[in-house]
Amino acid sequence: MTQPDNVTVGAAVKTVALVSSGRHPVSGRAGRAREDARAVEMGLSLSGGTLTLLHAGDADDAALPEYLGMYHGLSAGAGPGRLDLLPMAPDGDALPALAARLRQSDARLVLTGQRAECGEGSGMLPYLLAETLGWSIATGIAAIEQCDGDHVTVLQALPQGQRRRLEVALPCLLAVDGVAPAPRQSAFGPARRGITDSVATAAPAADPGWAAWQWQPARARPKRLKVVKSTNARDRFKAAAAKSAASGGQVLTDLAPDEAADRLLAYLRSEKVLAPVSDAEGADQ
Amino acid sequence: MSVRRVDPHAERIRRNRLHPRHHEFARPAWRWTSAAGVTRINPHAVGAIGPNGVKRIDRSGASVEASSAGGAQTSTEPARRPITLDAPSGYLMVVPELAEGRLSDHDRDLLGLARQLAADTDLAVTAVTFQREVAGLEDAGADRRLELADLVDADAYDPESRLAALVTVERELAPLHWIFADDFPGGGDLGRRLGARLAAGDSGDTRARPATRVWQVVDGQTRSRAGDRQDIQRDVPKILIALAECAEPISETRHEARPITLASAASTTAPAPEARSEAGSAGVVDRGRVAVDPQQIPLAQAPFILSAGRGIGDWDGYHHAARVLGASEGASRVAVDDGYMPRARQVGATGTFVTASCYIAVGISGAVQHLQGITKCQRVIAINSDPSCDMVKRADLAIIGDGDAVLAAVCERLGQPRAAQGEPREVQHDAA
Repeated sequence: MTQPDNVTVGAAVKTVALVSSGRHPVSGRAGRAREDARAVEMGLSLSGGTLTLLHAGDADDAALPEYLGMYHGLSAGAGPGRLDLLPMAPDGDALPALAARLRQSDARLVLTGQRAECGEGSGMLPYLLAETLGWSIATGIAAIEQCDGDHVTVLQALPQGQRRRLEVALPCLLAVDGVAPAPRQSAFGPARRGITDSVATAAPAADPGWAAWQWQPARARPKRLKVVKSTNARDRFKAAAAKSAASGGQVLTDLAPDEAADRLLAYLRSEKVLAPVSDAEGADQ
Repeated sequence: MSVRRVDPHAERIRRNRLHPRHHEFARPAWRWTSAAGVTRINPHAVGAIGPNGVKRIDRSGASVEASSAGGAQTSTEPARRPITLDAPSGYLMVVPELAEGRLSDHDRDLLGLARQLAADTDLAVTAVTFQREVAGLEDAGADRRLELADLVDADAYDPESRLAALVTVERELAPLHWIFADDFPGGGDLGRRLGARLAAGDSGDTRARPATRVWQVVDGQTRSRAGDRQDIQRDVPKILIALAECAEPISETRHEARPITLASAASTTAPAPEARSEAGSAGVVDRGRVAVDPQQIPLAQAPFILSAGRGIGDWDGYHHAARVLGASEGASRVAVDDGYMPRARQVGATGTFVTASCYIAVGISGAVQHLQGITKCQRVIAINSDPSCDMVKRADLAIIGDGDAVLAAVCERLGQPRAAQGEPREVQHDAA
């Protein structure tokens, strides 16, 4: 993937990464959230040790030292990691506290994952924050290409491995996608040296929506059945017994290779797999 | 329900043995009900004389259709019941993804979910599109269509102007629900933006808070996936951002998809909200697609795969063709086992399940495991010298011929022939 060289902004643009508690998808152990860890990795490679972490929640969360343990392999003068903690009950609303903290600090670039792995996990928080602060927001970020004082140029991940270049005005929130570069390992020493500042906030109100919701263990989604709506039994039987070999395709026999190539290219162009003009654009770069 | 259609002319001719065309319509009655109510069978009329002169009785049912060619016409798909809605009591907006300008399965599911919510009411399911003249909205279940192509550019990624257009719709039509597709960076992004905007406007309206990753709606409640293996069940909110297969697409009715317009469509300037003081309307600017090296895309996501099997003799030519076509490389198990391709490139049940929109299989006969790996591919092209192999049966376009020669000709047609053509090895075809 077009991975830009290391872009750094140093302390010119104050960068904050929002981190949350994660769950391992198989074992369920608490740890770094996958997308948040990628956001921290992106922030560390962008602004080095000046990156600040921000978390609203439980101070004893097992994930927090793991994020602080990522502050290694930076430039020589980089100090230990810093994390601002906004103590909050699990059912509290993180939005006002985070918005107040970000407004207070002079952060201009906020990196976060797209969706939390615990709690509601709706992915709404970056949007609500951006709306509250009046910042711009971009989602599905795969890489940061360039960052000057006013704009940040990012690559956005699209389906099927495609990329789109976006220019986002600062201050902004970037929600990092799971296809961003893998995060560095968390190390014990930097995690021990990391500094956690507990920032006293007004006791956040309980989330208004939660009271009316019912939480249940996730159920397996029903498999969709292939329903054949036919009135005669023969069609239904045929549909149930048929192999998946979908026929109806066009078979071209006895063609010279040149003709075959023409037919193949015509098909690819009609299906818009290839550009309609006959130049093959440089696929390798 | 399909109705058994009777052609009265044919019936009359069948009854009239003196009619000059009677023999065309007379079916050999091998089975009838006698006047006493007993089923009688004429064994001489059953079956047909086979090619070697022996009478064969086909009990598979295939001959039933053949013999009734002049009689009842069987429609393969039951006719849909047309539904019109003249005075809707409200609106229910669906914003389909429309990848490549077409309705996808996910979009049909969303419209099916909207129909489920609109059941037994006079709500008009409205498809909100940013493109003009999308096909298939009638059968997918849209009562109305609202094209916002005047307000936004359909091709560029401009979430803020799209959001402004949706806010205009919200203000004017006040729909009961909004339904989006939960995938980034399409409907999932836009729906969350709208949710954040409405929640900020209504100041604490819990109905405006979207339910995301909705996978089912039952009994007026949505079930949505939360983090940490939990589901949330809650009342149906204003905005639903739903996963694929959240509801069954409709199949029995046909709706009118009547176009509607906004009253304020003439004033195309979308009102800029006051909250965006600093960012303005150009917070996010699209700088276009970035060319991606197809070999770097993970095989499971690659949109265009050129896959090779045992039928390939000229491997350098194959790699060159993949480069010229801009396709990711895939391989069958045999090609990997023989050491021509790395294991990470293997397609199939033992390798990678691919989701390419176009898959070209060169010299792959199509083992079951390989076909399992390509079930999600939309278009399959086979180039093979064996016309009877399974891959040819699966393919949408099959070219019977030598894969190496066809690929070389393709490169030549695209203006990039391979310079040094090594002598082609003997090509062997076998079950890959």
